Amino acid sequence: MNHELNSSAAIKEALPTVFGYIGIGLAFGIVAKAAGFSPWITLLMSLFIYAGSAQFIAVSMLAAHSPVASIVFAVFLVNARMILISTTVAGYLPAQATWKNVVLGSFITDESFALSMNKINYTNHRLNFEWLNAANLVAYWVWAGASVVGAILGNFITDPQAWGLDFAIVAMFLGLLYLQIISEQVLSYSLQLLVVLITLGLMYVGFIFIPTNLLVLVVTLITCGLGVWLKNEFF
Amino acid sequence: MNSSEYVLLTIFGCGLVTWLSRVLPLVLLQKFRLSPKVTEFLSFVPIVIMAALWFENLFTQRLGHLPTPNWDNIIASVPTFVAAVITKSLLWIVVIGMLSLVVVRHI
Repeated sequence: MNHELNSSAAIKEALPTVFGYIGIGLAFGIVAKAAGFSPWITLLMSLFIYAGSAQFIAVSMLAAHSPVASIVFAVFLVNARMILISTTVAGYLPAQATWKNVVLGSFITDESFALSMNKINYTNHRLNFEWLNAANLVAYWVWAGASVVGAILGNFITDPQAWGLDFAIVAMFLGLLYLQIISEQVLSYSLQLLVVLITLGLMYVGFIFIPTNLLVLVVTLITCGLGVWLKNEFF
Repeated sequence: MNSSEYVLLTIFGCGLVTWLSRVLPLVLLQKFRLSPKVTEFLSFVPIVIMAALWFENLFTQRLGHLPTPNWDNIIASVPTFVAAVITKSLLWIVVIGMLSLVVVRHI
């Protein structure tokens, strides 16, 4: 990593992050294929939704024929961290034309955000359009390409159950949860574990009277509220 | 609404909300500021929703009764969790998760 804020520096610096994208993109393509979606639909999702874990949620809720509004709301909620990411990045960008902010916002993602927060240590806490845009676009095209390759690989896997493919998405959520917890910098481990246990308890009880499609949303809203309260009262 | 309209409409809606989440703060930042309470609430969303989506798959719903445990998925979650701790790589977590379920089903 160096102090240069141009495209070639960005592409070089973004390369190590693409391996993560390839893995998750392949997994997404395979999961989408297992849920019955064509490679074209998979590509559309990766190009238009462009939201990693939220795309897994969209696929599983589509497969369960959930209402459109509840899928969109779930995707919004799980991806709401992008509001924070975008807000944070804005503080390091110079005053610039609105279209440049629209382009940067359209393609920003967790990894290019993490990379840019690393980069500012070498650039006197400055970012610019050229560098961030190139870092974003590397992520975007690798993500789209890996999803399509995964979807095509999924074609050769004819009996998803025999391959444990129906568990891929469960494993993915478990993995995302673990990786989220260990990389979280604001909330303590004990608070996070407590919140996960509360989620388990509320899910278990909620299963009795709340239909599965709505259950995740209801439990999320209640538990996040409880989390805020616990943090302020006890942590 | 046929099924391809349903899927395309959902993709459009999801794409719109994720795009707005990323673009609006950058564009409107001068006038737009999240209250600390909202930021705090949002900070819990990722872990809670991931946990809820995992736990959702560990049970089968029977409305009016406690859910039935899905033992295959519960048992397969154990080696999957171990893989997460050791590799910290989503690709390995998913591959080992899938293998675990295959093994569990054949026992």
